[in-house]
Amino acid sequence: MQEALHFGLPDAEAVGRVDYIEQARRLRRASSASSHGLPLTIRALRKSFGDNEVLRGIDLHVPAGQFVAIVGRSGCGKSTLLRLIAGLESIDAGTVSFGGETQPEDIRVMFQEPRLLPWARVISNVEVGLGRDRASVGASARAEKALIEVGLRDKRVEWPAALSGGQKQRVALARALVSDPRVLAFDEPLGALDALTRISMQRLLERVWGEQAFTAILVTHDVSEAVTLADRILVIEDGRIAHDVTVDIRRPRERGSADLAALEGSILRHLLNTADSP
Amino acid sequence: MSLTESIARLRGPRLPRADGLIPWIVPAAIVLIWQVACATGFVPARVLPAPSDVALAGWKLLLSGELARNIWVSFWRASAGLLVGGGIGFAFGLANGLSQLSSKLTDTTLQMVRNIPHLALIPLVILWFGIDESAKLFLVALGVFFPIYLNTLHGIRTVDPQLIEMGRIYGMSDPELFRRVIFPGALPSIFVGLRFALGIMWLTLIVAEAIAASSGLGYMAMQAREFMQIDVVVLSILIYALLGKLADSASRALERLTLSWHPAFQKH
Repeated sequence: MQEALHFGLPDAEAVGRVDYIEQARRLRRASSASSHGLPLTIRALRKSFGDNEVLRGIDLHVPAGQFVAIVGRSGCGKSTLLRLIAGLESIDAGTVSFGGETQPEDIRVMFQEPRLLPWARVISNVEVGLGRDRASVGASARAEKALIEVGLRDKRVEWPAALSGGQKQRVALARALVSDPRVLAFDEPLGALDALTRISMQRLLERVWGEQAFTAILVTHDVSEAVTLADRILVIEDGRIAHDVTVDIRRPRERGSADLAALEGSILRHLLNTADSP
Repeated sequence: MSLTESIARLRGPRLPRADGLIPWIVPAAIVLIWQVACATGFVPARVLPAPSDVALAGWKLLLSGELARNIWVSFWRASAGLLVGGGIGFAFGLANGLSQLSSKLTDTTLQMVRNIPHLALIPLVILWFGIDESAKLFLVALGVFFPIYLNTLHGIRTVDPQLIEMGRIYGMSDPELFRRVIFPGALPSIFVGLRFALGIMWLTLIVAEAIAASSGLGYMAMQAREFMQIDVVVLSILIYALLGKLADSASRALERLTLSWHPAFQKH
């Protein structure tokens, strides 16, 4: 019960520092070193399950550090696209490349379910994210740093069962972040959360993306979430990219503002029109 | 409050230490009523001796050292059988849960054997082993094999595939995946198997000792019947009840120790 009263607190700081994300991004652009994220290039990507052709030729280039949202009706192939990018499914035809050699730790996925090990303490769950570095000396210090990042340091010795849904998903985020990934793929990560927890999680996602500058791929059915978070929105229809929309709205974006609402409306119209046509 | 928490809370508040006596109120009351019924002559002593007489018989056997020796023999048989049968059952459960080939090869056979009541083998076992230790060990091992096998297998098969996928994504090797994801996930089910096995363990041992033994609690009871010592018969039945309770408490303690992460075992 107590949880519900102050669940938004860890993110309140993000609201306070309104220009924080914009500043971090400017700094990153200014630094001569190339961005931390990896570019993603997809060519003529196809995938079928049995007779059902889910993806029918996807071509896409995502510059390093971009935040891309993929929206579409259920069954349009958006989750499959994400699983192919993350290497969770085999590719039938075409290529997915990240502009060079990648380590498994460079690409991380966050799912709709937190998928925490119920029998491991929060801190051990985060250490799982270190991949091959799990057993190294600095593992627990790195895990603790990631927990601080998501505002859950004081929960590090709790069992996952003692956490709320939003907290579990934050631990899952810490686990994904701990290996310092260069591409982070989100498969409806906030889909199972209540509306308020969702908003605070969106702010958290935006903040860590701003700080760590990974390339973010977010699959979501929530157009308003896509509009709030993404630099660019891809609308997938029938296994193809039907629309590629650049979101040119300054961050931090204010939920419910007129330009966001207008963009959301136009994307929703795209989706609904195709839903109505035979 | 999460659902699991609410369920745990529905089970009521954890009892303070002094209230640990509550479970013993009913057994104590039964003994008391029993004593009164015998003392007033409501129940004749040749049908059921009074608890005081049973206690006296126990005291005599304890002094002669016979009781301790028989309990020890039975305890040894029970634990050796559990270790051997449970070990083999656990090994088959692991193999068939983890390997399709092993499962295809052995599961059908095991399911067929499972449907034979293992006590039906007693005549055969006596012919094979006579009435020495290996006969009892064999029967107990066979009895505990199946609950442990089935529950280990079920536990491994039902580990959340999403967790296994997560483990693979995060680069766990097969042994690591087993140690960190599959085994802990199967553990609650393995404990269910263990507790079933403990029940079968005592049951098998009583029958085996009553039919074919020259020592142990079952033998003691059968001997007493020969000499019409009804108090000793009742005594051995009560000891079985106590030993069964003891075994169950031990497995519960082990459960609480290893499953402390489970919402059902968390302190409130």
